[in-house]
Amino acid sequence: MSDIAKIIAYRKRQDWLFSGLGLLCMAIGIATLIALLATLAYEGLPHLTWRFLTSNSSSIPERAGILTAIVGTLYVIAVTFVVAVPLGVAAAIYLEEYAGKNWLTNLIEINISNLAGVPSIIYGLTALSLFGVVFHLHRTVLVGGMTLALLVLPIIIVATREALRAIPSAIREAAYAAGATKWQTIWYHLLPYSLGGIATGTIIAMSRAIGETAPLLVIGAAGYISRLPPPPISSAPPFLSFAWLNSAFTVLPMQMYNWTADANPALQSRAATTGLVLIMLTLSINAAAIALRYRVRQKLKW
Amino acid sequence: MSNAAPALTHLAPMATRASRLAAARTDYAASESIKAEVRDLNFFYGQRQALKNVNLPIPERTVTALIGPSGCGKSTLLRCFNRMHDLYPGNRYEGEIVLQPSGLNILSPQVDPMEMRLRTGMVFQKPNPFPKSIFDNVAYGLRLRFVRQRSILQERVEKALRAAALWDEVKDRLHHSAVKLSGGQQQRLCVARALATDPEILLLDEPTSALDPIATSKIEDMIFALKEEVTILIVTHNMEQAARVADFTGFMYLGALVEHGATSQIFQTPKNQLTEKYLTGSFG
Repeated sequence: MSDIAKIIAYRKRQDWLFSGLGLLCMAIGIATLIALLATLAYEGLPHLTWRFLTSNSSSIPERAGILTAIVGTLYVIAVTFVVAVPLGVAAAIYLEEYAGKNWLTNLIEINISNLAGVPSIIYGLTALSLFGVVFHLHRTVLVGGMTLALLVLPIIIVATREALRAIPSAIREAAYAAGATKWQTIWYHLLPYSLGGIATGTIIAMSRAIGETAPLLVIGAAGYISRLPPPPISSAPPFLSFAWLNSAFTVLPMQMYNWTADANPALQSRAATTGLVLIMLTLSINAAAIALRYRVRQKLKW
Repeated sequence: MSNAAPALTHLAPMATRASRLAAARTDYAASESIKAEVRDLNFFYGQRQALKNVNLPIPERTVTALIGPSGCGKSTLLRCFNRMHDLYPGNRYEGEIVLQPSGLNILSPQVDPMEMRLRTGMVFQKPNPFPKSIFDNVAYGLRLRFVRQRSILQERVEKALRAAALWDEVKDRLHHSAVKLSGGQQQRLCVARALATDPEILLLDEPTSALDPIATSKIEDMIFALKEEVTILIVTHNMEQAARVADFTGFMYLGALVEHGATSQIFQTPKNQLTEKYLTGSFG
């Protein structure tokens, strides 16, 4: 065998070795995920009925459902969205477009990135002392939503800044050269062009918020609620009601946590069913984010 | 003067076209009015001085070209005219650019940068249309000036697109996305966007450096037609282009304006050795 053939054979062996190794690593990751979903499905799927989704919580396994937790989750997420998105997007625009570049903004920038990595239970403690002790607000939907908003704010700020930075400076210069003010440039160009990135970041933030348990546990969200919070619409004008903001609530992961800790194995398997619903909710939200990003990227080319 | 002859042979292929255009040329003496005058201009990017004591008259309704090797400061000088440097921190102007007949110093801190951007139009090196429709791109400057009436917008957009020699190619798809156009079409769209607001000065920053020869010649024809109405300042690293389109040419090197004058004089009888060397391709 010639030298060249030897070299080629040796390199091909290397190639094979690495592709095999890579395949193995990927298989481990995928298998873990499948095993996880399979256990959850095996335990939880038998109880996943329409009745389970539309019943209030109960200590009797056959009557137990997660309607209060689903509604609570939707309410809390709605508050989180309304609080976190405007705050986060505005903060990012300020940092990226208005703030000067000096040591102070650098410090703020580093700290915002760090905030995204702070354990979520710390946010719970902060929220407890801020909302509970200072503002005397109690374990309501409003407080829960605001707590999660604090938690996801850095994610939204970072995502929005990334989206703004991805817009070429040539586009900014074109707008300014035409005589636009900063605000006109932001409103007619930067915001529309970064909407895809902002939306993706927001959706990822929301799916993170949906799964959070620890901070809500700290502020004292209920693990068990027997009645639904009041509906957001009313029969009398103005047809909108905000009483739900001040009602007690539970969310899917809290409900799940509560049942896992129960001595009754029938309720423990209901926790698996709840987990299944939670995972499906998160996966469908993430799928929506990917679809949205794809669609927006198709439209924008620089 | 021994090097002047190669300069001419170098430009020989352009001769027919250049001579056609040369018929319309003027020189400083004959040109009656000056649109703007750069006086003792120094410019600093932070600590680094990018322009050194530049003095240059810009005659009205003519084409003035700035040539020179990369990094010589020609784009920097161009971007002083619409105060683009104000967008970034740490930049500093010294000296004046005086707009005639008003005598307004463009660089004065009392002048809002936005005023100069509203009075000038700029085309950049790389086509940078907004990812919006063709119509919205051209109408953008008008909308910034609160022109809202549909019929006026349509009329002005058509006029600008015709002036930019793009109308026939896009008239049936004005509401399609501008980013789907070819590179040459995008650049002419950017010219139309700059023209739609009737600027006093049109600033072109290497407008054809990203284009093929056919698109380039379309842009050059357009520049030639446009100078009837607007004062044009063009930065180019293509000497032939300056020879083809410009009435006046300034040669810049290391931030200084080495020499300026009527294009024919600069190309045929350069007074400075550096200019001569650059034109004959000894460096740059």
